[in-house]
Amino acid sequence: MALTRREFIKFTGLGLAASSLGMLGFGAAGEAQAAAVRPFKLTHATETRNTCTYCSVACGLLIYSMGDRAKNAHSNIIHIEGDPDHPVNRGTLCPKGAALLDVVHAPTRLKVPRYRAAGATEFKEVSWDFALDRIARLMKDDRDENFVEKNAAGTTVNRWTSVGMLAASASSSETSYLTWKVVRSLGMVVFDNQARV
Amino acid sequence: MTNTWQDIKNANIVVVMGGNAAEAHPCGFKWVIEAKIENGAKLVVVDPRFTRTASVADYYAPIRPGTDIAFLNGVIRYLLEKDAIQHEYVRAYTNAGLIVKDGFSFQDGLFSGFNEEKQSYDKSSWDYELDDQGFAKSDDTWQDPRCVINLLKQHVSRYTPEMVSRICGTPQDKFLHVCELMASTAAPDKAMTSLFALGWTQHSVGSQNIRTMAMVQLLLGNIGVAGGGMNALRGHSNIQGLTDVGLLSNLMPGYMTLPQDKDTSLDVYMSTKLYKPLRPGQTSYWQNYRKFFVSFQKAMFGDAAKQENDWAYDWLPKLDIPLYDIIKAFDMMNNGQMTGYICQGFNPLQAFPDRGRSRRGLSKLKFLVTMDPLDTETSRFWQDFGPQNPAKSAEIQTEVFQLPCTCFAEENGSLVNSARWLQWHWKAADGPGEAKSDIWIMSGIFHRLRDMYRKEGGAFPDPLLNVTWNYTNPIDPDPEELAKEMNGRALTDLTDATTSAVTKAGTLLDGFAQLRDDGTTASGCWIFTGCFTEKGNQMARRDATDPREQGIAPNWAWAWPANRRILYNRASADPDGKPWNPSKPVISWNGARWVGVDVPDYGPTVKPSDGVGPFIMNAEGLGRLFARDQMVDGPFPEHYEPLESPVENVLHPKVRSNPVARVLASDRPTFGDVKSFPYVATTYRLTEHFHFWTKHALINAILQPEEFVEIGEALAKEKGIEQGGWVKVKSKRGEVVCKAYVTKRIKPLTVDGKPTHVIGVPLHWGFTGQARKGYGANSLTPPVGDANTQTPEFKAFLVDVEKTSAPVTA
Repeated sequence: MALTRREFIKFTGLGLAASSLGMLGFGAAGEAQAAAVRPFKLTHATETRNTCTYCSVACGLLIYSMGDRAKNAHSNIIHIEGDPDHPVNRGTLCPKGAALLDVVHAPTRLKVPRYRAAGATEFKEVSWDFALDRIARLMKDDRDENFVEKNAAGTTVNRWTSVGMLAASASSSETSYLTWKVVRSLGMVVFDNQARV
Repeated sequence: MTNTWQDIKNANIVVVMGGNAAEAHPCGFKWVIEAKIENGAKLVVVDPRFTRTASVADYYAPIRPGTDIAFLNGVIRYLLEKDAIQHEYVRAYTNAGLIVKDGFSFQDGLFSGFNEEKQSYDKSSWDYELDDQGFAKSDDTWQDPRCVINLLKQHVSRYTPEMVSRICGTPQDKFLHVCELMASTAAPDKAMTSLFALGWTQHSVGSQNIRTMAMVQLLLGNIGVAGGGMNALRGHSNIQGLTDVGLLSNLMPGYMTLPQDKDTSLDVYMSTKLYKPLRPGQTSYWQNYRKFFVSFQKAMFGDAAKQENDWAYDWLPKLDIPLYDIIKAFDMMNNGQMTGYICQGFNPLQAFPDRGRSRRGLSKLKFLVTMDPLDTETSRFWQDFGPQNPAKSAEIQTEVFQLPCTCFAEENGSLVNSARWLQWHWKAADGPGEAKSDIWIMSGIFHRLRDMYRKEGGAFPDPLLNVTWNYTNPIDPDPEELAKEMNGRALTDLTDATTSAVTKAGTLLDGFAQLRDDGTTASGCWIFTGCFTEKGNQMARRDATDPREQGIAPNWAWAWPANRRILYNRASADPDGKPWNPSKPVISWNGARWVGVDVPDYGPTVKPSDGVGPFIMNAEGLGRLFARDQMVDGPFPEHYEPLESPVENVLHPKVRSNPVARVLASDRPTFGDVKSFPYVATTYRLTEHFHFWTKHALINAILQPEEFVEIGEALAKEKGIEQGGWVKVKSKRGEVVCKAYVTKRIKPLTVDGKPTHVIGVPLHWGFTGQARKGYGANSLTPPVGDANTQTPEFKAFLVDVEKTSAPVTA
C-alpha cells in the first residue's frame, strides 16, 4: 500500500480512533472527527527544523508550534516528529526522541531563578539581577583571593583553581565557544564536560 | 566516527563491542540492519549481556566486563599467526616496518621506563630508532627483530585462545569464530566497521580498548575505506562539539593544548609543537600548529594580541599538573580547596562515580550554580529526599543558585554529531517563564565581572578586559556571529602565494589552509574553518543528494575537517591510487588529481608516486601499530584487570591493574575486594531513557518507571531472589535498594576455572522528575579513571547482592 505522508498521518489517526475513541463508544462519528483533527492541527502549525537533543546520531526533527511568530504571539510547541528528509534518521525517532514533547513541557522544567541561602531548607524565587549580581560577586571575591598570577618560578601562569565549571554537552557549539572565552579569560582550569561520562 | 552513520551499510562485517547501538543509538543502528539486508553483512556482538543488539546479531559471544584487550590482543595474535592481514595496506600505510629503539621493552606487565614512586612512565624509550637525518629507520622486509610488526607479534604471543578464554570467560570456540569472521575482511575489497561507545571508554584501560581495535582495523586494511573505520557512537547531542571546541581542562579549540607551567614562553611552548616529519616528504599537518594558535589568539584577544606580546600568550591560563579532571575536582572539594562550582547542563550528583563522595564535596562549597532546563538532583543535593538523598540541610552552608535555561527547541545554533557533521537548528518557541539561554547567562556573568574589575580593580584583569566581545548585541550574542568568529576571517587583504588571488580584509575564510601565523587571520576554532563562509551558513545546508547512494551526502550540513566525510580516505585506494574496493570507491587518482565522492584527506594534487603516507596528521604519515609516546600506559595494549576485579591477573600477578590508571591515594581505601564483594557489576542504559533527563518526561517515566538491577537466573536461584523481588546491592562505597529483574540475558562465565556472575545496573533514576525515586547506579561505582582520558570505570566493579524486603515507604 503506497501512502503519501499526509495520508499516512490520516491513517495513523484512524488507527488511534479505532483503538481508543472507538472503544469509548463514539463509533463512526468519533473516527471521522479524529481523522480530521490531526492533519488540521499540523496545517495550522509552524514547522521548524531542529536536531534531537539526546544522543549523537543527531536525528533531524520537525517541530510544530502554534503561533505564527507575529509580534506578541507566543509560540507553543504541540508536536515533534522525525524529519523524513534527514539522511540519517529518514523520519524515524527512537523511544527517547519520540517523547521529546514531554521533556519540552515537563512539569519539572524550570521557569524562575531560585536561590538557596546557606543552611536553608527551601529554595526561594529570586530575580535574574539578584542571582547574577550575587554570583559575580562571589566569583570576583574568590578570584581576587585565590588567583595565582605567577608561580614560584616567576612565570606568569594566570590560574584560578578554586572555582570550576562543568560545561553542557547538549548546548550548541556557539554556546560552548562563548563559554570557553568567559571561563579562560578568568583563568579557570578546573573545567570539564560530559565527554567522560 | 571516522566514517558516517549511513556508511555503516557498506560494511561486510559489523562488530559491536563496547556498545549496544540497537538500544542506545536506535536510529543509527538502522544502518546496521541495512548492511545486513542490502550488503549481506554479518553482525557480530561481543558483550557481557545478551543485549537487543545481540538479539539481531549473526553471532554473539559473551565476555567478562573489563577484559576486551585480552580478547582483541587474541584477535591480533590470530590474524598474525594465520597471516590474515591485508599485506599491501599494512606494508604501505602502517608503521609495521619501522624500527623501535633498543631501550624499549616489556616485562612482567610493565613497559620500560616505569617509575614506581610517581606511578608513571618515562616514555623516552617508546620511539623509533632514528637515522642521522632524524628520520625513523625502517626494514621493509620485516626481518629486523626490532621492527614494529615483530615486536607486536612477540607482545601478543601470550594471548592464545586458551589464555583469552581463561581471562575473558568467552568459550574458545566462540572466540575463534569471531576471529574467523573478522579475518574475512583482510581481503582488499572487504570491510569491517567497529561500533563502540561507553562500553569501551568507561574502563581504567578505556583508551587502550579502542586502540587495540584500531590496530586490528589497520592490520585488516579497514581504515579509510567505505564500510570500515573506528566509529565511536557518541552519547550526547553535542559532546563531539564540546570536545572540538576544547571545553576540557587541558584543551583549547581544535585539539590544541593549553600551555603548562613549563612552557614559560610562546617559543618554549611552540618548541614542543614542531611536528617535524619522521619520514622523508611526509605532510605531518600539525606543523601548521602555530598558524592555528596565532589565529586563535587573534579571535580571542583581537588587536590586543600582538607580535610584541607573543600574541597574548601570557593571558592563557597555564596548568601546573597535567589536568584538573572531575575526579580531581571532587577530591579538591572534599579537601576544602574549592569555593565555587558552576554546572551548566550537567548533573554531576547523578553522573560522577561514588555519589556519597560527590555529595560530601558539594556540601563543602561556598556556592554552587546550576544552569539547566530541568530540576536536577545536583541543584537539590542539600535537600533531604530520604534514603535516596539523606542530606541535613541545616548543616550544609552552600549557597545554591538554580538558573532556568532554554532547551534545544528554544534556540538557534549548531551541534556536531558523531560523524563530525555540524548541523544548524532553529528556534521553535520561547522558553517557559523567565528561562534564558546559556549565552545570555554567561554573558550576564561576564559583563558583571568585567564591570567590577573596571571599577574595583583586582587580580590580573588583563585577559578579562581584553577578550573580544564585538557582538551586535553584547548582552545576548547572536549564535551566527559566534559561528562566524569560530570560522574565522582575514584581518588584512591576503594574497595567495601560488594563485595570487586576494582575500579582502574582513572576508570569512573558506578553509584552514588560509590561516597564517603573522596575525593577519583570526579563527576561533581552526577545524571549523569553512563552516560559515561568504557563501553563507554551510551548516544549514539541506541537500541530501548522495552520489551512488554511498552514504556520504556531501552537501548535507558541513563536516569538519574541510567537509570531509571519511577520515584517512587516501587509504581507501592502493599505493597507485586505485580503490581497493572498485565497487565502493571513496577517492581515486585520475592522473592529475584525486577525485571521488568525498573531499580527499590528502593533498588534492599530490601524486601517488610521491610516497606521502595517508595518515597526514602523524609525523611519519603512517597508521600506528606502535603508539610511540602518545599513550600514557604503553605503546602496545596490555590486559590489566579492572581496579576492582574478582581474579588475579594471570599474565603478571604482580601488576594486576593498569599501573598508571587515574587513582588518587585518598580513594584507595574505598575499593572493595572479591571476598566481601564477590560479583562483577556493570552499568548500562535502557532504550527508553536518556541518562537522567527522560525521567522528567512522562512517557519515558511510564515506560521504565523504577530502578532495577538485572540478575542472571543462576545467581538469583543461588541467592533466593525472585523475579520482581527486592534486593540490596552493595559496593564498598554505597548501596542501592531496588527490584530484581531475573533474566536469561546474563549467564555465569567461567573465568580462570571459576564461575563468575555479572550483575547489570541501569543508571537512570534519581530523586527528581516523573519516575519513582532511585538511589542511582553511581552510589556503587568507584572513583577510578582511565589512564589517558580519566573516564570513570563504570563498566567493571565489584558488588554484593542480597534479597531484602520491600521498603516501608514503597
